[in-house]
Amino acid sequence: MIINHPILGPRDAQEFTYLGDASLIDRPDWQADNAAEAFHDYLYLRDNPAGEHRELWFHEQGDRSWLVVTRNTVTHDILNVELARDVARARGRSK
Amino acid sequence: MRYSGLKVIKEALTGHKGWRPAWRNPEPKAQYDVVIIGGGGHGLATAYYLAKNHGITNIAVVEKGWIGGGNVGRNTTIVRSNYLLDGNGPFYELSLKLWEGLEQDFNYNAMVSQRGILNLVHSDAQRDAARRRGNAMILNGSDAELLDASGVQAMYPFLNFDNARFPIKGGLLHRRGGTVRHDAVAWGYARGADMRGVDVIQNCEVTGFRIENGTCLGVETSKGFIGAGKVASCVAGSSSRVMEKAGMRLPIESHVLQAFVSEGLKPVLDGVITFGAGHFYCSQSDKGGLVFGGDIDGYNSYAQRGNLPVVEDVVEGGMALIPALGRVRVLRSWGGVMDMSMDGSPFIDKTHIDGLYFNGGWCYGGFKATPASGWCYAHLLATGQPHDVATAFRLDRFRHGGMIDEKGQGAQPNLH
Repeated sequence: MIINHPILGPRDAQEFTYLGDASLIDRPDWQADNAAEAFHDYLYLRDNPAGEHRELWFHEQGDRSWLVVTRNTVTHDILNVELARDVARARGRSK
Repeated sequence: MRYSGLKVIKEALTGHKGWRPAWRNPEPKAQYDVVIIGGGGHGLATAYYLAKNHGITNIAVVEKGWIGGGNVGRNTTIVRSNYLLDGNGPFYELSLKLWEGLEQDFNYNAMVSQRGILNLVHSDAQRDAARRRGNAMILNGSDAELLDASGVQAMYPFLNFDNARFPIKGGLLHRRGGTVRHDAVAWGYARGADMRGVDVIQNCEVTGFRIENGTCLGVETSKGFIGAGKVASCVAGSSSRVMEKAGMRLPIESHVLQAFVSEGLKPVLDGVITFGAGHFYCSQSDKGGLVFGGDIDGYNSYAQRGNLPVVEDVVEGGMALIPALGRVRVLRSWGGVMDMSMDGSPFIDKTHIDGLYFNGGWCYGGFKATPASGWCYAHLLATGQPHDVATAFRLDRFRHGGMIDEKGQGAQPNLH
């Protein structure tokens, strides 16, 4: 698989390590009343779709940026690549 | 029709005209006591033991493809009982004991071959871990023998003992482990279940569940609605896809694991060798091909095929362990989709929906578990209580801290 890095251009997927579903960006509020339940769901449950999947890849052998890659889990086609930083900011996660 | 040596001779003399299909090809009835989703090894074993052990025969096994076409035909056929933790050990020991009597039990030649499994160790720490695991195995009724380097050398002199990074210092030998012909397991269970009245319905995809007031009444399929007293999902690899139709999210990611077969060779490897440190394991099939594999590709996938970097990693591991493999040509490779559960251990449990049961999360270890999985799932379906050796395989264990972290890595790719 070739990941089209937003800054560095097309890179071999071997340069990256994989973390999993991009929803891991949305860490629950630890002070909320339902924090235990929310963290259970956050840590252990997955949508695990067959088809389009947004997921986190880390460019460990490159510029060490985190990416959100939209990839089809049935065909392995990579449909979109964004910097995780931008995605997180758009969701109000980052300062 | 029972198979026997006499029958083979008789058919050989009469032109093989007396053989009949091993199971029927029925259309689904409107209602069953139990509908099992998934005609793989586990689903068919569940139907077989429901009929045989519990006398429940009004069962349908609905299979999207054909019998033996899923993960039961895509694994590397190894069976073993070498688990460490209490939640696992007795379960896999039951499984191995069932393997030992399986062929006589279901009257089918599954080519169960207890040729021994050797887990190599390369350091003092690994030897300590192997000794601990071996003791746990013996306490659970299994067998284990710790070999030093000369013991390994006597068995497999062709291994590379002086690898700079992973020199071989010994191994944990599990003599009762071995291999089984995987297709025959599916066929044997399908035939055994069919003979007891179970309907094995192929080319019948489940498209939804009918759930009213928190009770599952049956399944919608490509052949229409099938009513059921109990619905039992047994579709490891596709668990999330199926259970999503019942509105459930599971502690599972689907990953792809590749396997390989070489061209046929003369007998060279009479057992199974695992080189965990190098992500490589290998055995030789009765046809002569070396059957080998390594680790998961490490990203979510339903593709049933992997990518080349992992192929390279596996064959590098093979070359590091067995330099003589260098001239061997790979005949074919394939991928199977694994239910990777979050702690690396399976589930055999009820769900929060009445009448809906779940079996899955087998990671890359489902094949060896086939008999015990069917045995324990049948027990749960028939009695409403988990079998004594499967009480830890709860679907809600992450909520309560009851993880069975045999290897402590689960679905997390960078821990493999």
